[in-house]
Amino acid sequence: MTGMLAWIVKRDLLLAGRRSADALGSLAFFVIACSLFPLGVGPEPAALRSMAPGVLWVAALLAATLSLPRLFSADHADGTLEQMLLSSEPLVLIVAGKAVAHWLVSGLPLVLLSPLLALQFGLDARSLAVLLASLLLGTPILSLVGAVAAALSLGARSSGVLVALLALPLYTPVLVFGAGAVDALGAGGGAMAHLLLLGAGLGFALALAPWATAAALRIALE
Amino acid sequence: MSGHLTPGTGAIAGAMSSASPQGRGRRWLQFASPAAFYGPAGTLAALLLPLSLVLALVGLYIGFLVAPTDAQQGDAYRIIFVHVPAAWLSMVIYAAMAFWSAVGLVANTRLSAMMAGALAPSGALFTFLALWTGALWGKPTWGAWWVWDARLTSELLLLFLYLGFIALQAAIDDPRRADRAGAVLALVGTVNLPIIYFSVKWWNTLHQGASVSVSSAPTIATPMLLGMLVMALAMWFYAAAATLLRLRCIILEREGRAAWVARLAQGEGA
Repeated sequence: MTGMLAWIVKRDLLLAGRRSADALGSLAFFVIACSLFPLGVGPEPAALRSMAPGVLWVAALLAATLSLPRLFSADHADGTLEQMLLSSEPLVLIVAGKAVAHWLVSGLPLVLLSPLLALQFGLDARSLAVLLASLLLGTPILSLVGAVAAALSLGARSSGVLVALLALPLYTPVLVFGAGAVDALGAGGGAMAHLLLLGAGLGFALALAPWATAAALRIALE
Repeated sequence: MSGHLTPGTGAIAGAMSSASPQGRGRRWLQFASPAAFYGPAGTLAALLLPLSLVLALVGLYIGFLVAPTDAQQGDAYRIIFVHVPAAWLSMVIYAAMAFWSAVGLVANTRLSAMMAGALAPSGALFTFLALWTGALWGKPTWGAWWVWDARLTSELLLLFLYLGFIALQAAIDDPRRADRAGAVLALVGTVNLPIIYFSVKWWNTLHQGASVSVSSAPTIATPMLLGMLVMALAMWFYAAAATLLRLRCIILEREGRAAWVARLAQGEGA
C-alpha cells in the first residue's frame, strides 16, 4: 500500500519535472502577486510589516487555486485517471498520493521562497519563523481540500473559475489561522495555539479530504 | 389545478394498490418518485403561498403598528422582522440542502437531489437578504454599512458556498452527475461550516474587540418577539412554497420525455 503511494508520488513528480513550466508558473505568480501589494498600498515599512502575513497567505491561497485544475486534468485527458479508478489499489490512496505530489510541486517551493518575500516586507526573525511554520502546516491542507474542488469541477464547463469559486470559501479557516499565527505573535500572545489548530486542520483534512475526492472522481468519471 | 393533479394522483393510486402488506409502513416512500410528488408538490405550494402572504401581512402589522419603539435604537430596529427570519432561514435551508444531498447520495433517489437543487436559490436569496437588511440595520445603529463581525463574515462565506453549489450544478451538463457532484460539495460545505464559523469568530476577537456585539441581544418585548416569529413562519412557508414550485419546474425539465408529462401537456392543451 505504501508502495502504491510512493509510486504515485514519484510518477507525478516525474511528470511535473518534465513539464516544469507549469509549477514554475504558479510560483512566479506567487512572487508577482506579493510584489504588487507594496506598489499598491505604498512603501511605508510599518504598514507593510503588519500586512505581510496576510498578503503572503492570500497570495499562497491564490497560487494554490491556480495550480489546482492541473491536478487531475492531464490524467483525465489521456485516460490514465480511468485506469486508476479501475485498478485494484484503493482510490483514496491514489488520490492522497496525487495531493502529496501536488504539495511537493506547488506548496513546498512556495514555503521555501516565502522567507525571501517576508524579508522584503520587513518581518523580523521570530515572525518569519512562525510564518514559515504556519505555511508548512497550512499549504498541505490547501492541496488536500483543493483536490476535492478539482475533482468536483473535473470535466465541467469553465472549470478553472469554478475551482476557485469552490475552493476559496473552504480555504478561509486556513487563511485565518495561518495569517493569525504571526499576528498573535506580534500582539504579544503566543503563536502556538494557531499552529496547533493548523496541525489539527491538517490531520482533519488528511483523514477526510481523500475520501471526498475519491467520491467526487467516481462521480466525474461514471 | 386539477389538470396538474391527475397524473400525480394516478401514479399514487397505482403505487398504493401494488404496495404489499409488509411495505405499508413505507408507503410514503412512493413520493420519492418525481412523477408521484409532482402533484402533491403543487397542492402544497398552493396551500403554503397564500398562508405565507397572510402571515406576512399579520407579521408586518404587528411589526410596524403594534410593537413599541425601541428605547435605544428607535424605529431603526424594525428591520429585525425581516432580518432575523432571513438569517435564520439562510442556515436552515443549507441544512435542508445538505440533508437532501445526503439522502440522494445514500439512497440514490433522483427527487432528493432535485430537492437540494431547488433549495439552493432560495437559500442564496435569504442569505443575500440577511446581509442586505443587516447592512441597512447597521448604518443607523452602528454607523457603518459593514462590520467585519464574525456573524456577518460567516454569513458572507455562506453566500459564497451557496453560489459555489449553484455554479457547480450549472457547469455540469449531465443532470445526474451535476446532482451528485453538488451533493458531495454540499456535504463538504456542511463539515466546513462550523470550522469557518469558529475560525472567523476567533479571528475577529483577536484582531479587535467587536465594537458592537450582535450575540448579546437584550431581552425584547413580547410584541417584538411575536412579530418576529410570525414573520419567520411567513418566510418559512414562502421558502417551502418557492422551493416546491421550483422543484416542479425541475421535475418537468428532467422528465420531459416521460409519458406522464406528455399526458399532462395534452391535458393542459385541451
